[in-house]
Amino acid sequence: MDSLSKEKKNFKTYLLNYLKEFKVLLRKNIREYGMFIALFIIMITFSILTNGTFMSPRNLSNLINSTGYVAVLTIGMTLILIIRHIDLSVGFVAGFLGAIVAILMTSMKLNTGVSILIILAMGIVIGLFYGFLIGKVGIPAFVVSLAGMLVFRGLLMLATQKTGTIIIPNDSFNDIGNGFIPDPLKLVDGYHSLTLLLGIVGIVLYIITEIRNRKNMQKYEFEVLSKSMFVSKLIFVSLLIGYVVWMLSRYNGFSWTVVIVLIVTAIYHFLTTKTVLGRQIYAVGGNPEAAKLSGINVTKVTYFVFASMSMLAALSGVLYTSRLQSATTTAGLGFELDAIAAAYVGGVSTSGGVGKITGSLIGALVMSSLTSGMNLMGVNISYQYIIRGIILVVAVVFDIITRRKKG
Amino acid sequence: MTTYNTDYILEMNNITKEFPGVKALSNVNFKVKRGEIHCLVGENGAGKSTLMKVLSGVYPYGEYEGDIVLNNEVQKYSGISNSEKAGIAIIYQELALIPEMSVYENIFIGHEIKNRCTINWNETIAKSKELLKRVNLNINPSTKIKDLGVGRQQLVEIAKAFSKNVKLLILDEPTAALNEDDSENLLNLLRELKEEGITSIMVSHKLKEVISIADTVTILRDGRTICSLDASKSEVNEHTIIRNMVGREINNIYPKRAKKESGEIILEVKNWSAYSNELGRSVLKNINFNVRKGEVVALAGLMGAGRTEFANSIFGNLRGFKLSGELLINGEPKDFKHTSDAIKSGIAYVTEDRKKEGLILIHDIKNNITIANLKSLSSNGIINENEEINVANKYKDDLTIKTPSIEQLLGNLSGGNQQKVSVGKWLFTEPKILILDEPTRGIDVGAKFEIYTIMNRLIQEGLSIIMISSELPEVLGMSDRIYVMAHGEITGEINTLDATQDKIMEMATV
Repeated sequence: MDSLSKEKKNFKTYLLNYLKEFKVLLRKNIREYGMFIALFIIMITFSILTNGTFMSPRNLSNLINSTGYVAVLTIGMTLILIIRHIDLSVGFVAGFLGAIVAILMTSMKLNTGVSILIILAMGIVIGLFYGFLIGKVGIPAFVVSLAGMLVFRGLLMLATQKTGTIIIPNDSFNDIGNGFIPDPLKLVDGYHSLTLLLGIVGIVLYIITEIRNRKNMQKYEFEVLSKSMFVSKLIFVSLLIGYVVWMLSRYNGFSWTVVIVLIVTAIYHFLTTKTVLGRQIYAVGGNPEAAKLSGINVTKVTYFVFASMSMLAALSGVLYTSRLQSATTTAGLGFELDAIAAAYVGGVSTSGGVGKITGSLIGALVMSSLTSGMNLMGVNISYQYIIRGIILVVAVVFDIITRRKKG
Repeated sequence: MTTYNTDYILEMNNITKEFPGVKALSNVNFKVKRGEIHCLVGENGAGKSTLMKVLSGVYPYGEYEGDIVLNNEVQKYSGISNSEKAGIAIIYQELALIPEMSVYENIFIGHEIKNRCTINWNETIAKSKELLKRVNLNINPSTKIKDLGVGRQQLVEIAKAFSKNVKLLILDEPTAALNEDDSENLLNLLRELKEEGITSIMVSHKLKEVISIADTVTILRDGRTICSLDASKSEVNEHTIIRNMVGREINNIYPKRAKKESGEIILEVKNWSAYSNELGRSVLKNINFNVRKGEVVALAGLMGAGRTEFANSIFGNLRGFKLSGELLINGEPKDFKHTSDAIKSGIAYVTEDRKKEGLILIHDIKNNITIANLKSLSSNGIINENEEINVANKYKDDLTIKTPSIEQLLGNLSGGNQQKVSVGKWLFTEPKILILDEPTRGIDVGAKFEIYTIMNRLIQEGLSIIMISSELPEVLGMSDRIYVMAHGEITGEINTLDATQDKIMEMATV
């Protein structure tokens, strides 16, 4: 009897401590966790409002696949915003290069792979030219990319002038935006087993890296989460990944779009967190003058960031064109605004120097969840624009307020 | 004078201000007599700025404990505009003037003189003339701010304060960016204003000035009032102030280093000239200069003499300069196209303005320390993070950077600790020649001593240091040899043992 009440008491103090740490953690890292919370709330809200349709395997799969072309743009835009520039032309660069890839495959009869490589290279060339004008000549990026937006809109219209919409017959190309990875295993009925397997591998890899990082941090006596909090975090994230993977496997499994976006995310995450070039990008954004005096070639960094942006715009063009299975005369309209908004929602600082690739990806998901949810509910498109605008402002206000508190 | 003569114009009683986790001020008492010049001194982080922010309403009533009593009335400001109305004007170190606007527009910005709804420019200009006269500034009020030197801009700020009918003038480090002449001018103005009955509070690190001007000196340390010294009772002297500021005796501000023979010439510049396309004139003229191994060479001179331009020109930071002449390192001619070339050749440059040009305040200590030499920490462009942490910890310990962790953001550190990070960043590039541009500007006495000690250690280790400094005692205390610059030329070279403040000043004002 006595020991039982004692145990109860112990558990109570344990729980109180746990909640206290959780609160402190949340307050300290509100900037990082804010968008996860936002995404969570949006998903729950729409699930309730749509009687679960929102979180159905089919809708979830659609939602994620339709985020693809904006997600890759957002990743490129994150770097651009970090070095305190902007690129307004990415939408029509994507649209134009999407039309070019269609022409290469239909009129010129080139195969899918070659056509894609050609337009990725074209993207890089466009970006290098921007880099020249912005980094070398010193024209503000706003002006250069505004001009680019007009030019590429015109070029897109020229490219599609004769034929109008270009229908693409190549199945291999159209699979990029619509197809799913094959399931050679077929272990469980009704589930995509390769997807499940990849999901499990992903979760295991995640847990291993987290534990390794924590051990390393402890070795250097850095502040780490308490054990119970750390375990909770692992469980929470694993469950989240697991849930999404499970849902997707009940539909068609991972799409090629998801695979491409995950690969691009992994590459850019590695670039920004582990490499010298990544560190230089943050330094240029954090204080360009200090970066220059530290021996960093600011012009070179500018070249790289813009070239990477336009290359990703080309990739975005591929994803979008293949999703529609055709190149249209208005492809790319407003993509840049979606990408910029997603990056800001994902925690990129409006004054540069701060921002994470993973955050931006979440930002893109937040924005497309909003669109998808509102579409399901049949919200009028005019209201959708207004709501997305408001969300963008709220995200930036949140960013500025949380930063002010820290300083 | 009136019967209020001995009254206090301002009493701040038991002021306590807490930030999350830190008590910035605890029970601070600060009393200012009517018509006096009251200096507020203390190390960085002692709470001076916080106290002035409480006084000016930046931290509104309710966010602090204690009372502010101005002219025997308790004040409860909810913002800066309240305190301004009550007659309190603060002039910050970073001037709040708009460069592209004229002097008279700046003076009346925010409280324009109006006829119904349009601005009365004639009245504005006439009033501006009066105000400028009052601060002994003889310029055309239509002059643009950007065409004035810092000293004159400072005076415009004071004129602006007067346009708001100021009763209590607060100056935060007013002479930090001024040369000796301009500083003296400003101090004289404060004395004249005192005759007119204006009360001033001056926050300053320059003890010589404090001693020459203060009627009362209040010393803060660690968020507490340590003492108030009264000049009329001859309590104000450098020794007493320093002792109370740091809470310990510093017998010698400049630590001695063992004398040793300087080695061979490591850096030499011959007939070095620079023409600035932007300014349309020469900024450096025919400079001949050398540094030997294990030597501290000081570059003295007044603000604008071209010392910083010279440092940038030999560091490969060209700023649109057209250079001519020869730069030799270890006898080899060099032509730096970019700062990275200079860094490779063993030059490091700790900039004058560490916030604007030196450091990335929104990033952490670790990233700031390693940014100039990431190559040595990486293979194939991938950073070895463990190695990086070791390096950052090493410099944190070596330079005694006070911080809970190397993950702390630079913006959260005090000026002295920021400066140490800046030094650490450059030491990590393993330089042979270290250029220190105003190494102790805006940092407190204790941190200064530490910086000097580090300099001496580096010299023992065989480094050469070029120290640009506007503080003559520092030049005399720390260098082996002194070059003096004025208007882009070297106007003198002197061995420190033969130098005096007067001799240097003479060469700097040719």
